[in-house]
Amino acid sequence: MRKLVIISLLLVLGYYLLDTFAGAEFGKDRKVLSNYYLEKSPSELQVANAVTAIVVNFRGFDTLGEVTVLFLAATGMGTILLRRRSKHTGLNPQRTSPEASKIVQAAGKLLFPAIMILGAYVFIHGHLTPGGGFQGGAIIATGFLLLLISYRQFKVEHKYVTWIESLAGLTFVSIGLLGIVLGPHNSFLENFLNVGTLNELTSGGVIALVYIAVGFKVAAELTGILDTLVNIRETGDID
Amino acid sequence: MDTITLLLLFFSLIVMIGAAVYAAIMKDLIFATIGTSLISLALSVIFYLLHAPDVALTEAAIGVALSTIVFIIAIRNTKRYEDEK
Amino acid sequence: MNQILTYSVYGAAILTMLIGIFAILTKKNLIKIVIGMSIMDSGFNLLLIALGYIKGGTAPIFSPAVEGKDVIMVDPVPQALVLTAIVIGFGVTAVALSLVIRLYRKHNTIKIDEIKTLRW
Repeated sequence: MRKLVIISLLLVLGYYLLDTFAGAEFGKDRKVLSNYYLEKSPSELQVANAVTAIVVNFRGFDTLGEVTVLFLAATGMGTILLRRRSKHTGLNPQRTSPEASKIVQAAGKLLFPAIMILGAYVFIHGHLTPGGGFQGGAIIATGFLLLLISYRQFKVEHKYVTWIESLAGLTFVSIGLLGIVLGPHNSFLENFLNVGTLNELTSGGVIALVYIAVGFKVAAELTGILDTLVNIRETGDID
Repeated sequence: MDTITLLLLFFSLIVMIGAAVYAAIMKDLIFATIGTSLISLALSVIFYLLHAPDVALTEAAIGVALSTIVFIIAIRNTKRYEDEK
Repeated sequence: MNQILTYSVYGAAILTMLIGIFAILTKKNLIKIVIGMSIMDSGFNLLLIALGYIKGGTAPIFSPAVEGKDVIMVDPVPQALVLTAIVIGFGVTAVALSLVIRLYRKHNTIKIDEIKTLRW
């Protein structure tokens, strides 16, 4: 009975949503703001990937807020899960999962450098090809995940993760503040370097630098989240 | 859009809806998690077909790999079946 | 043809959202509720990307292949929005699941109607 009421209410909601969106025809050109972005991105900023130009430059302040949200998620998880040390035994109990097989371990060791290089490539070429800091950071976190699930004794040093994260965040903010001082219009995250020519690695000015910083920050945050979750049983205990 | 693109688009949409239903009704939570990762896989194909390669790359890396493993770790630390007490 | 595409693509996105909302509203298991949130997220992302698609458009990247030619490009603004929405969605999922694990340790159950202190 309860399910029937919910289903009928959802059908009404779905009908009105579909009715609303059917008015916006699929595949119709309704760009207004984007035309400005698509025009300025190759001419003024010399950035080939328009999505990168929007994420890092035109809407760069939102990206700063977003990496802050991700940082808060990582910190909050640490607070929620790992607050109490084990009271019952003095020493840290081992992770209860069995050791992964030799095949997984060997393949993990073999694939790890390749995944690192792919991730670094994706965020260094973020302004030229599809990809960027978020994608590259996620790929690098996948590489660390592979090592975390195949080796029981593998540990991510939280000290270094925090350092990398803080330094990347500081780089982002200080590039933004330098834009206020050195940029021609004195606004946050403004380009103050030579923009170069389109479709070259050195093009884009500060956009490439900011996206590399975002890549390091996202990689450190996601690795921290995964390490917290994988190591739950080692430090946290039932209270 | 040519015919092959359209066929692939419709196929991916059907796979996505099927996986969503599967993930919503499955009692075994591990299977439901595999359903969500299948949604992400179909979704990244659809994003690629709709000319959004950046979003497709993000969805493939985060939705398929990281999200699934986070769910599986959470299930390993709690209960595997939905009705289990 | 375009009418069919409009209804099928938007319809699929909205249907996925509704399945997610249904799972959130009817399920008692906390992990199932988080799975419902994840499904709803996917449907919403697809809806935004589909709104930005333009017929005959190319990806918004000025690669050497399109340089100097007069091409239509799909709308990059929803793509930038969804790019950040996916990453935030992962953060939300991770925090929600860690709360679920914490609740399980405290009450030894993940069924929402057996956690007595959540009732009012």
